[in-house]
Amino acid sequence: MAYVPIADQDHALHDPQSFITKYIWSQDHKVIAIQYGTIAILVGLLALVLSGLMRLQLGYPDSFSFIAPSNYYQFITMHGMIMVIYLLTALFLGGFGNYLIPLQIGARDMVFPYLNMLSVWVYLLSVIILMASFFVPGGPTGAGWTLYPPQAISRGTPGADLGIIFMLVSLAVFIIAFTMGGLNYVTTVLQARTKGMTMMRMPLSVWGIFVATILGLFAFPALFVSAVMMTFDKLLGTSFFMPAMVSMGQPLGHSGGSPVLFQHLFWFFGHPEVYIVALPAFGLVSDILSTHARKNIFGYRMMVWAIIAIGGLSFIVWAHHMYVSGMNPYFGFFFAFTTLIIAIPTAIKVYNWVLTLWHGNIRLTVPMLFAIGFIFTFIHGGLTGLFLGNVTVDLPLSDTYFVVAHFHMVMGVSPILVLFAAIYHWFPKITGKMFNVALGKIHFWLTFIGAFAIYLPMHYLGFLGVPRRYYAMGNTEFMPDSAMALNAHITQVAIFVGIVQLIFIVNILWSLFKGKPAGSNPWGATSLEWQTPDTPPKHGNWGPQLPVVYRWAYEYSFPGAKDDFIPQNMPPEDVAMLDGAGKYKGHSE
Amino acid sequence: MSLFRTLTDKSWEYQGSDTHFSKTRTAAPERIALRFFLGVVGVMFALFITAYFIRMDLEDWRPMPEPLLLWINTLILFISSVTLQWTRMILGRGQRNKLKSGLLAGGILSVGFIFGQLTVWQEMTGAGYYLDTNPANAFFYVLTGLHGIHLLGGLWVWTRASFKVWFGADVEEIRLSVELCTVYWHFLLLVWLVLFALLAST
Repeated sequence: MAYVPIADQDHALHDPQSFITKYIWSQDHKVIAIQYGTIAILVGLLALVLSGLMRLQLGYPDSFSFIAPSNYYQFITMHGMIMVIYLLTALFLGGFGNYLIPLQIGARDMVFPYLNMLSVWVYLLSVIILMASFFVPGGPTGAGWTLYPPQAISRGTPGADLGIIFMLVSLAVFIIAFTMGGLNYVTTVLQARTKGMTMMRMPLSVWGIFVATILGLFAFPALFVSAVMMTFDKLLGTSFFMPAMVSMGQPLGHSGGSPVLFQHLFWFFGHPEVYIVALPAFGLVSDILSTHARKNIFGYRMMVWAIIAIGGLSFIVWAHHMYVSGMNPYFGFFFAFTTLIIAIPTAIKVYNWVLTLWHGNIRLTVPMLFAIGFIFTFIHGGLTGLFLGNVTVDLPLSDTYFVVAHFHMVMGVSPILVLFAAIYHWFPKITGKMFNVALGKIHFWLTFIGAFAIYLPMHYLGFLGVPRRYYAMGNTEFMPDSAMALNAHITQVAIFVGIVQLIFIVNILWSLFKGKPAGSNPWGATSLEWQTPDTPPKHGNWGPQLPVVYRWAYEYSFPGAKDDFIPQNMPPEDVAMLDGAGKYKGHSE
Repeated sequence: MSLFRTLTDKSWEYQGSDTHFSKTRTAAPERIALRFFLGVVGVMFALFITAYFIRMDLEDWRPMPEPLLLWINTLILFISSVTLQWTRMILGRGQRNKLKSGLLAGGILSVGFIFGQLTVWQEMTGAGYYLDTNPANAFFYVLTGLHGIHLLGGLWVWTRASFKVWFGADVEEIRLSVELCTVYWHFLLLVWLVLFALLAST
């Protein structure tokens, strides 16, 4: 059978007719990506404000009458859940996944555009349910973002009546939205690549998003299962997780349930979730580093293998979150082993990023600054991960600020830096406008240095034994006054860095309307999304003809070539060479 | 083309758009998506079953009896699956006249299965096996309920496929719809057999 790209098979493209079908009920992957991104960033800003409120309480205990202990726990819970799921997962996969997959593999759209549209609206529904929990009696749940039973659904925990139900329902709805989107991303990558775009010619962004989506598809069911069972425990009086308990002198109806079972299920989702966020970040940062260093990514195949290896390993490390749960110590031994093995593919990736920079023609553009910043914060967070992966080191540190510092460095700051890098990098393509470079650089330096100013001292607090999860520390022997002073300092910097993010918002909004035209390929990048006939790409992406791919995505600074990049879709005979360099033949001959 | 060959492809070493790696995309995307979806649903049930085994070992577990009706329901679902398989096969041979009856029979049997399951629920609650009296009961209702919901989702797709058949859509399109329904039905039958074996043996 003659090869016909799926996008060019003769069924009608869902052309938008009016404003509503174009921007609201749109089936265009680019509009859906922006919808996903906007919702995620807005809800993320709320989570940022919540973290500021928490820091105010921690830095200046007893100074803010509007932060009661129950509010504090609600802020923690909502901050964590929103950041991890509703911001990071949604923005990386729903936002960048939607925008980049079809453009980078040369497709006109996702293979199931209608399902894609449903996905974003169901995601919005999940966000609305989550937001509604702020307004129900008792407020949102304050169970901590891990929602451990029995306390999550027992009296005494803030929001244990309605807040937790809203949270669980919202999660279930989110998972349905993600599954709809995820089936789309995976199928599109497998089935809708344009002519010549082999799997190993795909940019690493697509690889990262692809593997992360597979992880998500198979990890989110665990969260779904635990949410369903906990909802039953709460509403219908079953005892999946709930042990026999006496509450306020009254025995509850539950008996015999296993809270540790919930922890296993939760973390069977929870650990892959780390890589659902990290793998797209790895992919995006690889492309950004390579483009702005004008050099091919070092060890492309290794990078792909490492993504796959990390994805596979992420399913057998979950119980390293449970060393202190009272499970069998031999389990801890096994999980410490698998956890430390993940360091190998991860280290390969880090080395390859650094080696990509080596002898590169580095251009310190705003996206590049953020990408390099990511390498620093990620190495930092990764190394403290080695501490915590060991059972004996984890036990004393587990309940301290060391853990908070570790995962914020590796899972908060690092992916966020990549998100900034990616937004700045693709902003010219998405909008056709250039952002303000000076503001972008100010944003980077304040955020980057600020991140270390916040989290480095937190490691020290952790070593001192300052416990996390506490509303106020009170007066204790082991906490010197300097620790309290440090806490106040962290709060000052955190509030400052939080406000600094307004620079980003202002820059994006201002540039959207007043920015200079960016041109179609301002960074001189090789991958397909920069070769579209229109910028921003129109509906259908490619005009009458799909692009044809002739090479991999990293043909930078080819010896003898006139330009320092050769787009993936440029026929070999069209590549302009310097005088005397002969004809372009690629790397092989 | 093997996975190993794909992943060891040194993509930077050659140029051109006609490579042996780019010739495999003939399957309809719906088939691929369905496979992944079955994977997702499979993982979900596998996790429930794991939870079932863990919870079962705790001391308050009191197994539930299996009424005869469950066996009958199983048989109905089995016939429904076989009917759809038969429909798919005659469609492959181009016999469109029997298509409608085959499709209809498959759907009606599935609806029968769901009513049968609801009747089992009624019997069980009538006999005092409430959801919250024992974890075994809770698992029974949750697992049968989730399985039923997935079958309902399948019936929605089946309805759409039937519309296509009745209002004369393109043969290829019908063939794909019927094939996807059949695969999904087989999968749900398999899930049910596993669940039933689990419920019956514990």
